[in-house]
Amino acid sequence: MMDGLSRRQGSPAARAIKRFRRHRLAVAGLVVILLLTLLALAAPLLEAWRGVDAEAVNLLARNASPSLAHPLGTDELGRDVLARLLRGGQVSLAVGLAAALVAAVIGTAIGLVSGYLGGRFDAVIMRLTDGVVALPLLPLLIVLAAADPAKLGLAPDLLPPEAQGVLRIVLIIALVGWTTVARLVRAATLSLKTRDFVRAAIAAGAGPGRVMRRHILPNAASPIIVATTLSVGNVILLESALSFLGLGIQPPVPSWGNMLTGALDQVWTAPSLAVWPGLMIFITVLAFNFLGDGLQDALDPRSEDH
Amino acid sequence: MLRHIFSRLIQSAVVLAVMSFVIYSLIGLMPGDPVDLMIAHTPGLTAEDQRRLRELHGLDQPLLGRYLAWAGNVLQGDLGYSRLQARPVLDALLPALGNSLILLVASLAVALAIALPLGVLAAMRPGSVFDTFVNMIAFAGISMPVFWLGLMLIVVFAVLLGWLPAGGVETIGGGGLADRALHLVLPVVTLAVAGTGQYVRHVRAAMIEILRQDHIRTAQAKGCSRRRIVMHHALRNAMIPVTTILALDIGAMFSGALITETVFAYPGMGKLIYDAVMGNDYNLALAGLLLATAMTLAGNLLADIAYAWLDPRISYR
Repeated sequence: MMDGLSRRQGSPAARAIKRFRRHRLAVAGLVVILLLTLLALAAPLLEAWRGVDAEAVNLLARNASPSLAHPLGTDELGRDVLARLLRGGQVSLAVGLAAALVAAVIGTAIGLVSGYLGGRFDAVIMRLTDGVVALPLLPLLIVLAAADPAKLGLAPDLLPPEAQGVLRIVLIIALVGWTTVARLVRAATLSLKTRDFVRAAIAAGAGPGRVMRRHILPNAASPIIVATTLSVGNVILLESALSFLGLGIQPPVPSWGNMLTGALDQVWTAPSLAVWPGLMIFITVLAFNFLGDGLQDALDPRSEDH
Repeated sequence: MLRHIFSRLIQSAVVLAVMSFVIYSLIGLMPGDPVDLMIAHTPGLTAEDQRRLRELHGLDQPLLGRYLAWAGNVLQGDLGYSRLQARPVLDALLPALGNSLILLVASLAVALAIALPLGVLAAMRPGSVFDTFVNMIAFAGISMPVFWLGLMLIVVFAVLLGWLPAGGVETIGGGGLADRALHLVLPVVTLAVAGTGQYVRHVRAAMIEILRQDHIRTAQAKGCSRRRIVMHHALRNAMIPVTTILALDIGAMFSGALITETVFAYPGMGKLIYDAVMGNDYNLALAGLLLATAMTLAGNLLADIAYAWLDPRISYR
C-alpha cells in the first residue's frame, strides 16, 4: 500500500522520466545516439586534428590494414575509413531524423483532420492510406529514387547535386512513411473528440482548428513521439538499403549504405571493408529501437503496474 | 461469410485497379522513354523519325490514354515484351516467381521453427533472464540491415571458410538438387534472421495476452498440467493473431526479399524488379510492381479470411 502511494507521487512528466530511467536499454540507446551525434558533428574537427581528409584519394595506399595513421585502414581508393564512417554518420543520422520528422508532420496533419472531421472525408483518406500501405515498399522506393525530377517540371539545378540527393531521399521516404502516424493519430483523435473536455471546449465556442491544436494534439503526443522514434531506425535502414543499391546517397558523398556497395565489389580482395559501416547501421538502429521501446513504456501510464 | 469474402474481393480489385494507375504514372517518371533508348542505339534517326516513332508507339498520347491502352492489353493477358531479357514479360516473370516462392517458404519455415518455441517459452516467464535474452534476439533481428548480414555471411562462409557459394542459384552448368540447396543456405539464413526477430515479438505478445485470460485460469483451476494449458489452450488461440500477421506480411516479404536477392544475385521477383528499374525495362518493371501489389492485397484478404475462419467469435452476418 505504502509503495503504491509513494509511486504515484510527482507530476506525470516526472513519473514518465522515472519509468524511462528504469528502462536500462532505452537509457543506453539514448546515450549511444547522443554519442554518435556528437561524433558525427565533430567529424570535420577530428579530421583536422588527425590530419586526414575523408575525400582525399591515395592510390598508393589502397585497402591498407589498420595503422596509427588510419585506425580502421583505408578503402579501395585509399581513403581513410574512420573519417568516411563519421562523415557517413552525419548523412545517415540527418536523413533518418529529417525523414522521420517530415513523415510525422504529414501523418499527424492527415490523421488529425481525418479523425476530427470524420464522415466521407475520413473514409476517402483511410482508403488512400490502405492503398499506400498495399504498395510494395522497397520496389516503390526504388522507382521513386530512379524517377527523373525534370519530368515533374522541376528545375534540375535548383540545388547543388549533393543536397539534391539527400533531399530526394528524405522526401520519398516521408512520402511513403506517413501512414503509421496517420493511423495512430486518427485513432487517438476519434476517442479524444468524444471526451468531455473536448466537448466543453466546443461548447465554449472554440473552432475546429483551435480544438485540434490545443486540446487534441497535446493529448495525442505520446503515440506520435513513440512512432517517430521507432521510425528513425526504420528510415536509417531504408536509406542505407537504397544507398547500398546505388539509388540513395550518391558517392563521393559517403553514407553507411554506399560504403557497403564498394565493400560488396571488394569482398574477395578486402573482406574487412564490409564490417564497419554495417556495424554502425546496426548499432544506430538498435539504439533508436530501444529508445522507442522505452519511451512507449514511459509515456503509457498503464505500464506502471508492470 | 461468403458474402463478406465476395465484397472484400471486389474492394481489393478496385484498390488494385487504382494502384495500377499510380504505378503506371510512377514508371512514367523514370528517365527517358522507349524511343529515347532506340535513339541511343540508332544515332542516325532524324527529329522527324523520332516524332513518327513516338506517334507509332502512342507516346504522344496523354497519360490516361496510354494507361488505358496498356491496361486493356494486360487484361487480355498481354504484358508486353521485356527489353532486357528479350522475351515476353510473362516468360521472364514466371521463373522469378518460382525462385522467390522457394526462397520465401524456406526462410519462413526456418524463422517460424525458431520464433515459435522462443516466443512461447519467453511468454511463460515474462521478465525472466530467458525472456530478456529472447527480447534482445528480437531487437537484434529487427535492427539488422539485411544487406550487411548477407555481406557478412558471404565474407565468413564463402570468402574466409569457402564452405558455401557466394551467390546465384546453381553452379554454372548445373549441379543437381544438392547444389541448388547449397546455394539457398545463405539467402535463406539472411531472410530468416530478419523474420525471426519480428515473429518472436508477435508470438510472445500474443501468448502473454492469452495467458492472462479467464479460460486459462479456469483450466488451471480444474487441474490441467502446465504443458497442456500452454500447448492446447493458449498456443492454439495465440496462433490466430500470429497467422493474421503472417498473411499481412506476405506482400512485404515478397518485395522485402529484394535486397537479399540482389546481394546474393538470386534471380527472384525482387531482383527482377530492381534490374528492370535500373535497366529501363518499363514493361517488366510495371508487371513486377503490379504483381507485388497484387500479392500484398491478396495477403491482406487472406489475413481477413483466416481471422474470421480461425476465430469462431467473429461473424460477418
